[in-house]
Amino acid sequence: MTAVAAHHDHHDDHHHAPHGLKRWLFSTNHKDIGTLYLWFSFAMFMVGGFMALVIRAELMYPGMQVVDPEFFNQMTTVHGLIMVFGAVMPATVGLANWMIPLMIGAPDMALPRMNNWSFWILPFAFTILIGAVLMSAFGDGNPSAPNFGWTFYAPLSTKYGPASTDLFILSVHMMGISSIMGAINVIVTVLNMRAPGMTMMKMPLFVWTWLITAFLLVAVMPVLAGAVTMMLTDRHFGTSFFDAAGGGDPVLFQHIFWFFGHPEVYIMILPSFGIVSAIIPTFARKHLFGYASMVYATASIALLSFVVWAHHMFTVGMPLAGTLFFMYMTMLISVPTGVKVFNWVATMWRGSLTFELPMKWALAFVVLFTCGGLSGLMLALTPVDFQYHDTYFVVAHFHYVLVSGAIFSIFAAAYYWLPKWSGVMPNTFLGELHFWNSLLSVNLLFFPMHFVGLAGMPRRYADYALQFADYNWWISVGAFWFGISQLLFVAVCVLCAMKKGKKAEAAPWEGAEGLEWTVPSPAPFHTFDTPPVIK
Amino acid sequence: MQSTLFRRVTAALTLLLVSGVSVASDWTERSNVNLRPGVTDISQDVFGLHVAILWVVSVIGLAVFGLIMYSAVAHRRSKRPQAATFHEHVGVEIAWTVIPFIILIFMAVPATRVLIAMDDSAESELTVKVTGYRWNWSYEYLTYQDDNDVGVFFFSNLKTPAEQYHTPVLKNGLFPYGTAADRFGVEPEEKDHNYMLAVDKPLILPAGVKVRFLVTADDVIHSFFMPDFAIKKDAIPGFVNEAWTVVPEDATGIYYGQCAELCGKNHAFMPIEVHVVAKEEFDTWIAEEKEKAASGPDLTPFANLEAAMALGKEKYNAACVLCHGAEGQGGIGLPFAGTELMNDSARIQENIDVLIKGRNAMPSFAAQLTPRDIAAVITYQRNAFGNETGDLIQPADVAK
Repeated sequence: MTAVAAHHDHHDDHHHAPHGLKRWLFSTNHKDIGTLYLWFSFAMFMVGGFMALVIRAELMYPGMQVVDPEFFNQMTTVHGLIMVFGAVMPATVGLANWMIPLMIGAPDMALPRMNNWSFWILPFAFTILIGAVLMSAFGDGNPSAPNFGWTFYAPLSTKYGPASTDLFILSVHMMGISSIMGAINVIVTVLNMRAPGMTMMKMPLFVWTWLITAFLLVAVMPVLAGAVTMMLTDRHFGTSFFDAAGGGDPVLFQHIFWFFGHPEVYIMILPSFGIVSAIIPTFARKHLFGYASMVYATASIALLSFVVWAHHMFTVGMPLAGTLFFMYMTMLISVPTGVKVFNWVATMWRGSLTFELPMKWALAFVVLFTCGGLSGLMLALTPVDFQYHDTYFVVAHFHYVLVSGAIFSIFAAAYYWLPKWSGVMPNTFLGELHFWNSLLSVNLLFFPMHFVGLAGMPRRYADYALQFADYNWWISVGAFWFGISQLLFVAVCVLCAMKKGKKAEAAPWEGAEGLEWTVPSPAPFHTFDTPPVIK
Repeated sequence: MQSTLFRRVTAALTLLLVSGVSVASDWTERSNVNLRPGVTDISQDVFGLHVAILWVVSVIGLAVFGLIMYSAVAHRRSKRPQAATFHEHVGVEIAWTVIPFIILIFMAVPATRVLIAMDDSAESELTVKVTGYRWNWSYEYLTYQDDNDVGVFFFSNLKTPAEQYHTPVLKNGLFPYGTAADRFGVEPEEKDHNYMLAVDKPLILPAGVKVRFLVTADDVIHSFFMPDFAIKKDAIPGFVNEAWTVVPEDATGIYYGQCAELCGKNHAFMPIEVHVVAKEEFDTWIAEEKEKAASGPDLTPFANLEAAMALGKEKYNAACVLCHGAEGQGGIGLPFAGTELMNDSARIQENIDVLIKGRNAMPSFAAQLTPRDIAAVITYQRNAFGNETGDLIQPADVAK
């Protein structure tokens, strides 16, 4: 294919890549910014994971042993916020930065300077948020860090919120600006910078899912910004959006939050669908089954995600008609999601399968995400949801789709594309250890949560009745096992970053298709200066 | 509510379930893995729906996982060096869109029926207003049969003492805690059977009577969760939500529930305990309570400091301890040990006013504590935690 080597380029700044701190601070290169996003999200994954371990340490036995309930609430809150906004979302943005230009044959993202800015907002946003926690932890709990859950329902977060709520509001605004800019960049890049011949229906599915994700982000991040702004004016400027005493409505907050929050769920999972749709065909050595129906299913999921938000709020006392509408719509969303799973199975069917690390993670994703999806279908039935709602059953459900779903697919992506990023193959021995430990521990961690949830243990409880004790102990054991297993992935990444390992060829996976495999490994600093032509 | 056929099918499926289904009578049974069938008609319909959908998702899940496993084994490269080339088939695409849709319709019909039944709170005989506070519940009996002004009202607090749940393992460092022996001078108590569930004054309900709950909250959003009645209704400040139940006459007993919406620090510490008693027993009880409520507050003076201290300690540990600490060390609330307000006898009136009217984040306790309780609590605060004012506050001082 096209010559892509950077050395004989005619632009001055292409002669050698910038180096040192400036390379990263002022970078406008999609690969460097992608790398920054990925390392940042991994760091946040470890911080958020540490908070999860504080939670699990407290819940290992009944009684208050490790932290006090106030700090416990701060941990559940900030764990959720960091994992959603700091780990999963930046990781998928990092993948988009690295892979979208390579997949569509573009030289870079369309708006490189904005790209730099949208990344560099994030470290400051999370410094503010984590700073609130550190101030609380080292200041003897005073002032308290955000302690109202990642859903920050009013009036717990407005009238009753700690002083640090304002730091939280600022931090969420910054994350929102960063996400919106990242999303605009993806949309502009995908719509304008595809190589000649790369029609929309020829794009890899990862690009499609990210394009749709980007539209979701542009649509709902401003809604979140609106919600936190209303909180801010409620707290300081005498408005009463969410205060019934002033004529406002606490339930309004939940409607606004979940109008953002439900599409947000798909923002986190749609890129995963794209990743898995890239990996399974590679290792089945067969084309993706039903490409067009995958695109349509993704779009249907995205559209339906705007009309199901109130299934998070069945217990707030909605009118019967409203409840029924949201129940039917929620059940309906399982149809396009099912189509995707069936398509993956059909892709495998009668292929020529091998099970390298990316394939292992992708298959674990399909199975465990489906578990989470099926418990989601159970949650859709409103009368039973009254029993499940806000118990550990819900915690089990969304951790199955987010940890063994989104995060497993991100691991799959990392093992799949690390040869392209670093030029060396990830260490197979450590990778296998990482996979098998994670697979077993994640199930020990999250499966018994279904049991304690059904038995009636509410979520966000710092202490619990004795009948929940047995499974909570196992859950905590699973949590520590899973947490420690992730250190293996640190080792895998560090080895790749240090270029230790078997040298990767341009196309290290024999069944892989796509433009990213036509450039050398590691991908040169500049690629596709001359666009490739797709026939 | 449900057709008998539906019930029979779900009952048969229930028996087939590997996971054990426990008897509803004891909520504290350990290692329960399945949803509780509960004791009301509605809760059993809900349980039936749960079993049905659990079967549906289990069968679908196992079918999909079976296909994946089969493919992973049978279609591996060592068996099939050359992959097939098909990648489209309109027929199967339509099939796996339409079949799930039909399954969904079969689930939606009974779910809709149960939901409509749950929504119908008409013709209730007893109305109880349930109010969530940080961090306890209050119950107000509003109407009962022909009586439209019952006027029985009380608070319900967690009974588990701090000595039972406070069992810190870290002595100092990032999370500054003493051991239980340091904090309370006692070794941690054994956790009793109803740990974190029992309350000082439970909600009493008659069996066989349709009870309507009006659920609301005083501060933040709470949620009234009674699994055995299949009730979970958010308690929202400024809103009144409705829920209802009829506990069958043969199902008298004790039922537990918990707050199910994050409401701050002690979210886990505000359980719900319901005693369902025979209707005759309930009638006697409500008549007694009504009489007590009508006779006005008990203003009998305390005989001596010890008597006031004893009652004060009890009330303090129920109402104040969550914010101000068992040793008056403070927390969410201000500390009491050695503070000026607690040791300056000239500021007794201010002390009383704060309890009655509230101040800043401190809510008013005028509804929750009687004047006699308030007098006892203030006496306790001023003579415990190392404070030694010797002040004895009498109910009459508070009632002014």
